[in-house]
Amino acid sequence: MNANVSRIASSLAAGLVFGVGLTVSGMLNPAKIMNFLDVAGTWDPSLAFVMGAAVIVTVIGYRLSMLDPKPLFETKFFVPGATDLDARLIVGAAIFGIGWGLGGFCPGPAISALSIGAGGTYAFVAAMIAGMWAGRQMGKP
Amino acid sequence: MTEFAPWDAAAGGALIGLAAVWLMAANGRIAGISGIVNRLLPPYTDALLPDRVAFVVGLVVAPTIVIAFGGSVVQTISDNPVLLVVAGLLVGFGSTIGNGCTSGHGICGLSRFSKRSLAATLVFMATGALTVYVMRHVL
Repeated sequence: MNANVSRIASSLAAGLVFGVGLTVSGMLNPAKIMNFLDVAGTWDPSLAFVMGAAVIVTVIGYRLSMLDPKPLFETKFFVPGATDLDARLIVGAAIFGIGWGLGGFCPGPAISALSIGAGGTYAFVAAMIAGMWAGRQMGKP
Repeated sequence: MTEFAPWDAAAGGALIGLAAVWLMAANGRIAGISGIVNRLLPPYTDALLPDRVAFVVGLVVAPTIVIAFGGSVVQTISDNPVLLVVAGLLVGFGSTIGNGCTSGHGICGLSRFSKRSLAATLVFMATGALTVYVMRHVL
């Protein structure tokens, strides 16, 4: 098979499995995110289990996959190299967190939930893309 | 109230981890959703637009597959469109300038023991919790 086709199909498969994971874990429900963040109220620890399981699998899987010199369909592993804690990272994360707390959506669940068809999801995603566009105009750090 | 479902959460989380590992092992890329989505927008600095579109298509189709196999999706979303638009703008802008969101920093970054991702994750968890606290218990 053409190398590009394999790589694109592989990307599709990763998106599918990622989305199934988000759906099964209940993360498409903004109320679960907000209840996770509401430690002083109706706390729902589910998100910690989602992240915990994902991180355990990823720590082991990254180690194992990087034993190979390169990925299946690429020439190298593209891993971010930056190590400094700059203002842009911290301010960006702080702004992201405020939006996450307000709507209960982060990018993955919001995009996946488009197929569920709630009007609020469309409003959120349209605004999110506008926000991303604005962020892109500020150039790379 | 939402029901704490540790098994569903851990099973779903493990699948998310598998997807992240797959994208690294096969495509050599970090499974950061904000990065994948914001690079659907110009300026384009590489030729990976089809890969990103494919990933997003997979993400969108996934819930319909879960439902086809008998799963269900429960959602309680704010009915305030202004709040959702403000939330979306902040999530999109913040994750773009902060180089990541819950997946890129919170899962992939922590799994690489990245100091930047740990800092970002602690910061967005803190501002997220503070925001929910103010919205639910102060205002």
